[in-house]
Amino acid sequence: MTRLLEFHAAKWDEPIVMEMGRPGGRGQIFPEPEAEVSKAVGADLIPSNMARKDRPELPEITEFEAQRHYLHLSQMTLGMMGVSLFGTCTMKYNSKTSEYATLRPELAEVHPYQHPDTLQGVLSIFHDFDGILQSLSGMDQFIFQAGGGADAAYTMAIIARAYWADHGMLDQRTEMITSIQAHPCNPATAAAAGFKIVNLPLEENGYPSLDALKAAVSDKTALIMINNPDDMGIYNPEIKEWVRVAKEAGALCFYDHANFNGVMGRLSARELGFDACMFMLHKTFGAPKAGGGPAVGAFGCCDALAPYLPCPVVVKSGEKFILDNDRPKSAGKVREFWGNVPQVVKAYAWTRGMGAEGIKLASDISVVANNYMDKRLSEIPGLVISNPEISVNRMEMTRWSFAPLCEETGVGTVDVANRMADFGIDPFWMSHEPWIVAEPFTPEAGELWSKEDIDLWIDVIAQITHEARTDPEMVKSAPHNQPIAQVKGDVFEDPEKWAMTWRAYQRKTGAIDRTERRRQ
Amino acid sequence: MKIGLIVNPIAGLGGRVGLKGTDGPDTVSEALARGAVPQAGLRACRALMRFADRVPGAELTVAAGDLGADWANGINLDLSVIQIANQNGSACDTRAAIAAMGNCELIVFAGGDGTARDVCAALAANQATLGIPCGVKMHSGVFAVTPEAAGGLIADIYTTPDRIDWNDEAEVMDIDEAALRAGHIAPVLYGHARVPVQRNRMQAAKGGPRVDWGTALAGAAAEVVEQMEPDTLYVIGPGTSAGVVMRAAGQTPTILGIDAMRDGAVIGRDLGAAELEALTSTAPVRIVLGVTGQQGFLIGRGNQQISPAVLTRAGRDGLIILGAEDKLRGLAQPVLWIDSGVPALDAELAGYHRVRTGRGRETMMLLSTG
Repeated sequence: MTRLLEFHAAKWDEPIVMEMGRPGGRGQIFPEPEAEVSKAVGADLIPSNMARKDRPELPEITEFEAQRHYLHLSQMTLGMMGVSLFGTCTMKYNSKTSEYATLRPELAEVHPYQHPDTLQGVLSIFHDFDGILQSLSGMDQFIFQAGGGADAAYTMAIIARAYWADHGMLDQRTEMITSIQAHPCNPATAAAAGFKIVNLPLEENGYPSLDALKAAVSDKTALIMINNPDDMGIYNPEIKEWVRVAKEAGALCFYDHANFNGVMGRLSARELGFDACMFMLHKTFGAPKAGGGPAVGAFGCCDALAPYLPCPVVVKSGEKFILDNDRPKSAGKVREFWGNVPQVVKAYAWTRGMGAEGIKLASDISVVANNYMDKRLSEIPGLVISNPEISVNRMEMTRWSFAPLCEETGVGTVDVANRMADFGIDPFWMSHEPWIVAEPFTPEAGELWSKEDIDLWIDVIAQITHEARTDPEMVKSAPHNQPIAQVKGDVFEDPEKWAMTWRAYQRKTGAIDRTERRRQ
Repeated sequence: MKIGLIVNPIAGLGGRVGLKGTDGPDTVSEALARGAVPQAGLRACRALMRFADRVPGAELTVAAGDLGADWANGINLDLSVIQIANQNGSACDTRAAIAAMGNCELIVFAGGDGTARDVCAALAANQATLGIPCGVKMHSGVFAVTPEAAGGLIADIYTTPDRIDWNDEAEVMDIDEAALRAGHIAPVLYGHARVPVQRNRMQAAKGGPRVDWGTALAGAAAEVVEQMEPDTLYVIGPGTSAGVVMRAAGQTPTILGIDAMRDGAVIGRDLGAAELEALTSTAPVRIVLGVTGQQGFLIGRGNQQISPAVLTRAGRDGLIILGAEDKLRGLAQPVLWIDSGVPALDAELAGYHRVRTGRGRETMMLLSTG
């Protein structure tokens, strides 16, 4: 067993940034404009009816104080650099080299409203990367407009809507079929686009049966949307026949490649018969992700669906790259412009760095690592793998359950997650909807983690299950080595307490803002 | 929260000696004659040991003697013992004990479906319940999985009540034991009770507000009502899942019986087989059925009034099935069952059906003849 390091998080009992600083504190002091500039621009650059009357209510602190504050916050939140087998998210190292690439002025200082003739470098990266993803999927055209995986699924839903409308069959093709264990964004986005949802339940093999699919498809089926492997790590080996059955009924077929890591370079969506697919660049392709922050869902489709793609599409015309906006059948935009450029560049850098063979090797390593993890977890009493009756190996992640431990000790998955933070380990991902496995957790040992990292993570789980039997209340009252104790969840369910902005926080907590204070 | 405990000492007596249940004094005598050993008290004891392990010295109100206190001997709990007058070993004891526990917000009982019926019939409006599983039959949705799970849940309710959700509509079901001994499972819905549900706070924190499948089901019901065809008879099956269709139409369903609607109006309530056959002989027929219980019986249990003749009139495409998604997931197997009494008809109606779970939302479920 790994020696578990003694750990205690830093505690900085300092106010939030909006409450810090002092009048006159500044991050940057800008010089007065030179006389020539003032003369050229004029005194009223901003029209008086648009100029704000009051100074913005920003914290008045120095750049150094701001950096120190955010360093403290990262110290209190495990810093996002720990061992984290956070399943369904495919944690990868976001290389500094890629970061430097995007800081180059040729990228950092361009603007999407520039004339495309002045954007040839970045457009060539988009075009080349489109080609790389085509070779990984067999599709004919990729776009990068979608701001995440769910947005790419929505792209599919509106393309299906536009396709069937164009074929005069939208009133007939009203249904989308999916598995209950596909990512919940599939039914959600199809419903948002106006389709009815038909869910297929898991049957004895751990995935929906072909018979259920055959009973569900009809001349009403507009499309099927499917993950494979699913969120529990189970691969449906009948997928080719699924696609054949759906296409025989005339449906479009979409492969949600959210769980691509275990099959990268090992299968092609097009060869399986799919019409379209999507990749998550912020997940599988080494670009960073953060709490609803930067993300790109790269959406690719076959030529038959390409006319319906959101505009603009980056295409090569002669020797030049252009932004093609002349697509009269386009389904419309899912986001502004043509994609999150830094994310696309980082993903492009990752694929160029890895190479075709490296990508295949990474995929194989992720599956081997996951199965090593499964083997070790299976030796810990109190844990049980989902669908224990199925002997097939899981792919790049696995859904597990603490149900036996919970029944024995009262310590469940939330308690274990809270306690993990006491060892400096980020809590795991539990489950997406639907929660069909009791007390679930879903670890994913991707290619990033060393054997030592995986062993450490599992040893922490083993230690906590031991504590659950010897001192359950200590586990249930965790965390103890973190800057704050257990948080009651009630606030998350009470809209009266939600505060997404400083102003809302002041209003809902009765705090007096600084403007008020000044007036008093 | 103040918690009371009642043990039905004879619950589960029939199980190990093959009697399929313990309802009625004759069965109890027969079970004892066959050498049955009372199990409920020992299982209650297991639950209490888990509770005391987690919360040493916790307060608990118990009925006197073998209705509770006897099984808590030597366990580190702070007991308030309630004496029950005229104790005679019947369901009256259970009712009297609950009446004496009016200040308890949660009544824990050790028993089976029969005990659950007695307890739920006696609960006050503000009282919830939780079953320590001890019976031969446990079709009701009020039981913990094991005695230890019950003990752990009681400890959670006692120590961290904010971790608990409450389900006001857990189904209290029982089956006809005489029929069961003859080889037929016939679960019947007797009512609803308020039960604790272990809640996963992190789920809410990460996933936003939890899905309210009851509201989703109401959406499905509203859609059924919007799609109702004129001059068509809608037979509404028993149970809450089918009843939501009546509610969506502005009517009050007979939860434990069969109703019929046509052109938006209720034309029959709590109908028997003969009345249904007469009503369905002329008009096109649709049958609205709900998924109830953990067994997933759709046809032939608790709704035998919908006879083979009525089912034949409706046909495969005439079945409108509703079920909340969480209820479908909670089934022992992902299968619904049919036993209409006519095997050929069962075979015709079997196969995959669409179960409506929300507005514009369905789940394919296999209807099997077993």
